[in-house]
Amino acid sequence: MWMTNKRIIKAGFVNFWRNGSVSFSAVFVLTIALFVIGSTLLFTAFLGTGLKELEDKIDINIYLSQDATETQILDLKSKLEGLPEVKTVTYVTKDQALEDFRIRHKDNQYIFQALDEVGGNPLTAVLNVKAKQVSQYEGISNFLGSKTDLSAESSSIVNKVNYNDNKVAIERMNSLIAGAKQLGAIIIIILVCISVLITFNTIRLAIFIARDEIKVMRLVGGGNYFIRGPFVVEGILYGIAAGIITLILFYPVSYWFKTITQSFYGGVDVLSYFLANFVQIFFIIMLSGIALGAVSSYLAVHRYLVDAR
Amino acid sequence: MIYFDNVSKTYPDGTVAVDGVTFAIEENEFVSLVGHSGAGKTTLMRLLLGEEQPTSGTVSFDSVDIQKVKKRDLPKFRQRVGVIFQDFRLIPQKTVYENVAFAMEVAGKTEEEISADVPHVLELVDLTNKMWNFPRQLSGGELQRVAIARAIVNHPDLILADEPTGNLDPVNTYEIIQILKKINDLGTTVILTTHNKGVVEALGKRVITMDHGKVIRDDPTGKYAL
Repeated sequence: MWMTNKRIIKAGFVNFWRNGSVSFSAVFVLTIALFVIGSTLLFTAFLGTGLKELEDKIDINIYLSQDATETQILDLKSKLEGLPEVKTVTYVTKDQALEDFRIRHKDNQYIFQALDEVGGNPLTAVLNVKAKQVSQYEGISNFLGSKTDLSAESSSIVNKVNYNDNKVAIERMNSLIAGAKQLGAIIIIILVCISVLITFNTIRLAIFIARDEIKVMRLVGGGNYFIRGPFVVEGILYGIAAGIITLILFYPVSYWFKTITQSFYGGVDVLSYFLANFVQIFFIIMLSGIALGAVSSYLAVHRYLVDAR
Repeated sequence: MIYFDNVSKTYPDGTVAVDGVTFAIEENEFVSLVGHSGAGKTTLMRLLLGEEQPTSGTVSFDSVDIQKVKKRDLPKFRQRVGVIFQDFRLIPQKTVYENVAFAMEVAGKTEEEISADVPHVLELVDLTNKMWNFPRQLSGGELQRVAIARAIVNHPDLILADEPTGNLDPVNTYEIIQILKKINDLGTTVILTTHNKGVVEALGKRVITMDHGKVIRDDPTGKYAL
């Protein structure tokens, strides 16, 4: 058995090398397929992280009245934290709010002048609420709106809830995120199907060229395993070669997309995502290449082995 | 050794290729099958290799009904038969050495046996100096000698030569026939199909003549007569 396998592997390597032009085109097509599969996966995963970041930016700010006491505020905070939809509640004190405001507008001289003009701290304390899911903001906002759920004491200190201001934006974002996820899944499925079909057909063509050879091997007394083996090994080699080329290509391409994606999300860029997840991407690309090559070869040879008798 | 018992073969399109053929071939015989194109010679060969199933009748090889050989045992069975074709059918990606070695590899021979036997048979067909050439670098006569080397390297019980000289000039034809004769002298049964009159007459061995799928003559030291 070992001798047979050794011969099959050797024959696979020799065929791969000697059928230079056929191997070249098979590797070329497989590279395109893997590149399509890889970049769709990479971009969807990257899009996922990007969307997550955007989701994080959505929140509800509860502006509290100027005269709200610390205990009232903390009481409201703990009530909000008790809600199942709420992920976090951050308490921003009046002083902190002023500080943040100054930092945010540090380049705007007029605002500073206006602030000095007013004197004191015109800003109020804020409770910043983040929901577990984007769709839950509505519920939280309703909770804040309904006086029955909140004690009179608590509701009296709520000056303004900015949910309604952001409502349209939040809802749009919500549907955008859902849409992007759905569209991403559809695109992935279509692209992967196309690449698999093209690869399969190319390899089938490569083996079609060798059909007479297969016939001769059968006549000389070659068993199915012995005839099929080298072709499957060749298919695996196509996969490995194409996988390596794809991974090498990914570097400059994601480098090129680096600036675009960086400005889009402000933070994560596609290159650092690629480098951070390299091991995972490496295995996905290599294994899909090997599987595509081997399975295509196996199926393509199969038809020349079954129809005779 | 080989027995065709009232064998008929009708192809799905209605062509009757072989019609009620009965004959036996003894061990170590040299038999020429002659006849016009389409007389059914090649079909007989294919039946013998298990590539085709007879429509009726049985083909047996050493008392084994070839029709009943299981699909997975066919490779093993074919290793007992060496085949030579008019169009050589070598594997273009493999060198002369590898083409011959391939037949031994499929038969499960060890590397030592292969490296001992292959040069030996290539010497027998006078191709030692072309051992590492690819088929495309050889002439027709040389290609056929490679095919013969491949056919005999596993010491088969039977050599089937289907028009082996069909594509060759007279000098190469003579050489190939001499090699086949030598193989037969060394104890291997040979079945040769041909329409070359000169070849048949020079051999002076048994001749089975076929026409329209039937055996019309079977001469022990025959002449080519049609």
